[in-house]
Amino acid sequence: MNDNKRTRFPNRAEWLVTAPSFLWLALFFAVPAVIVLAFTFHGHDASGGVGEWSLSTWRELVDPDYPAIVWNTLRISFEVTLWSIVLAVPCAYAIARMSPKWRSIVAGSIMLPFWTSFVVRVFAWKTMLHPDGWLQACYLVFLRVREWLFGWLPAFLQKALVLLGVASSGPVDPATSTILDSEAAVVLVSVYTFLPFAIMPIYTAAEKFDFSLLEAARDLGAKNFYAFRKIFIPGIRQGLVSAVLMVFIPAIGSYVIPQMLGGTDCVLIGNKIFMRAIQNRNIPHASALATLMAVSVLIPIGLSMWWKKRQDSRDRRRLEEQTARLMTSSMEGGVQ
Amino acid sequence: MDSNGEFLVFDHVTKRFGALTAVNDVSFSVGKGEFFSLLGPSGCGKTTLLRMLGGFERPDSGRIYLEGKDITDLAPNQRRVHTVFQNYALFPTMTIWDNIAFSLRLAKKPKAEIEERVDAMLAMIQMSEHAWKYPNQLSGGQKQRVAIARALVDRPQVLLLDEPLAALDLKLRQHMLLELDTIHDQVGITFLYVTHDQGEAMSLSDRIAVINKGKVEQLDGPAKIYEAPATRFVASFIGDTNFFSGEIVSTEGDYCTIEGEGFPAIRAYNDKQLKVGQKVDLSVRPEKIRVTLQPPPPEKGASINVYPSTVQDIVYQGVYTKYWIKSGDQRVAALKPHSRFLLDQEPITWNDEVFVWWHPDDGYMVEAQ
Repeated sequence: MNDNKRTRFPNRAEWLVTAPSFLWLALFFAVPAVIVLAFTFHGHDASGGVGEWSLSTWRELVDPDYPAIVWNTLRISFEVTLWSIVLAVPCAYAIARMSPKWRSIVAGSIMLPFWTSFVVRVFAWKTMLHPDGWLQACYLVFLRVREWLFGWLPAFLQKALVLLGVASSGPVDPATSTILDSEAAVVLVSVYTFLPFAIMPIYTAAEKFDFSLLEAARDLGAKNFYAFRKIFIPGIRQGLVSAVLMVFIPAIGSYVIPQMLGGTDCVLIGNKIFMRAIQNRNIPHASALATLMAVSVLIPIGLSMWWKKRQDSRDRRRLEEQTARLMTSSMEGGVQ
Repeated sequence: MDSNGEFLVFDHVTKRFGALTAVNDVSFSVGKGEFFSLLGPSGCGKTTLLRMLGGFERPDSGRIYLEGKDITDLAPNQRRVHTVFQNYALFPTMTIWDNIAFSLRLAKKPKAEIEERVDAMLAMIQMSEHAWKYPNQLSGGQKQRVAIARALVDRPQVLLLDEPLAALDLKLRQHMLLELDTIHDQVGITFLYVTHDQGEAMSLSDRIAVINKGKVEQLDGPAKIYEAPATRFVASFIGDTNFFSGEIVSTEGDYCTIEGEGFPAIRAYNDKQLKVGQKVDLSVRPEKIRVTLQPPPPEKGASINVYPSTVQDIVYQGVYTKYWIKSGDQRVAALKPHSRFLLDQEPITWNDEVFVWWHPDDGYMVEAQ
């Protein structure tokens, strides 16, 4: 593992093979990212161009709306990710247990929606979410249940729940509480859109999972769900991690769904960036928002990586200690 | 160790998969602490029997009793019967220690007890220094030992072993055979061992049930199964043998004479008192057949079977030499053990005219099916 220098670039041939993708990433990812970052340190002019070097853009960013929008974006992305994973895991499990023939049929039909345009599908949802539709009726039931669940709580707890997106801020009114133009619509359609991206990596991991391990767990006394939780879920960890990334990252940047289905109720950072860049023709401001969003995602990821690293080294230390304990106890000859 | 009581009982158990009857009305019982083997070719139903005992399959009819309790309909996690799987099925995301502790944690044992028992198990399988490794860091034999420890740690009523040595190479297999035997002696738990390898079954088991096409063909100790096979199938599946198929033409006391196509009359011991006219298969093991350049010495008696023959093939194996000999129309396999310094002896080579002989007591006769 300390052999990094050798394992990273063993020879020139490998360099040549990887060079195109490096070049691609540099040209179309690294360079634009730097340009976007540079834009934020410029002012803007009235014609939509980028102005002189200045910190004015960053100063303008102190908009009282922004913290709430960033928070909502992160919160909704988190909700979408959570629901996608919760739905994707049993789905992937079921597909992985099917016969190979059925597996390809079902996995294929999961990918089928991608054959139609994304915008067309969102429009279809608009029809389905119409106030006269059955989804609206379901939505009202959902709101009433939620009201009944949290309505009795003290005011400060309710406020906290609203902030977390668990409770709604106002009373339920069938005339104005429509699912169209609500946060619920955004979450619902986002989950619909991103679910295949969650199922596929989990399914790939589940397909490689050795299901006889579940049998072994049951044989040793585990109930079905315990075996699922303790053996299957850790066994597909890699798939879960990619699924989370596959859903969370596009969810953060999504703006078509909130634009078309979220109304004024659900404006996310993507919409703001779009608005600033296209409507206000203020490219530096849009760049600054994009940078802000990127940073607000990178910080938690960085923190969790640092935490995991710390945890790993702790585990290793604990492991060494335990081995030492075990060795001494067996050397004392106390165990038969 | 004979069957002491009826610890584990299969009572008229039948299992079908579609048109295939995997297990056909099987009944037998296993004694407590016994090392019991189910031996048979692949697809004979032995694994189905094991899976029914583990709770992974339900019999279509019949019951299974363990210590007097009907366990037929219990789920796998409701019976204290643990399995050592052929592919070990160790949990890859857990350390060896956690793998072994799995069943104890499920049973919500106190932490101190779990530590003590897991550590004791690790010491028993001599894997203490590997406790914090993960399964993919272990060799096949080590995984095997961990799988056994994991299944034994909460002292199940029966340990099921499903071809546990099949994935190991020969040398390791022989080593693990001894180790399994030692572990069985140490823990005193009933072992039910499924294998298609007659060598494994013979060397480990107190008793063996030889299974063919969903039926128990014979249930006996290893020596009995080898020396006195109940059917032609048992005789041919366990070890090598020569068959002489024919009909009893005469009986003289405890002996009879068999005649068949392609070989002269053979005298055989007739312990079952079969009647004249009965069609029989006589099985004579290669190591019971002597091959000599000279006729057998007269003190061997007049009743032995002696046939002048021609050597066809020779395979020298160090410990013994295996000969294939043409005797009449019959090709006979014979083993000659080398208990004396071989190079001092007059060698037998290809196309030599030799005498093939054996005592009538050394053949074993089964009724033809």
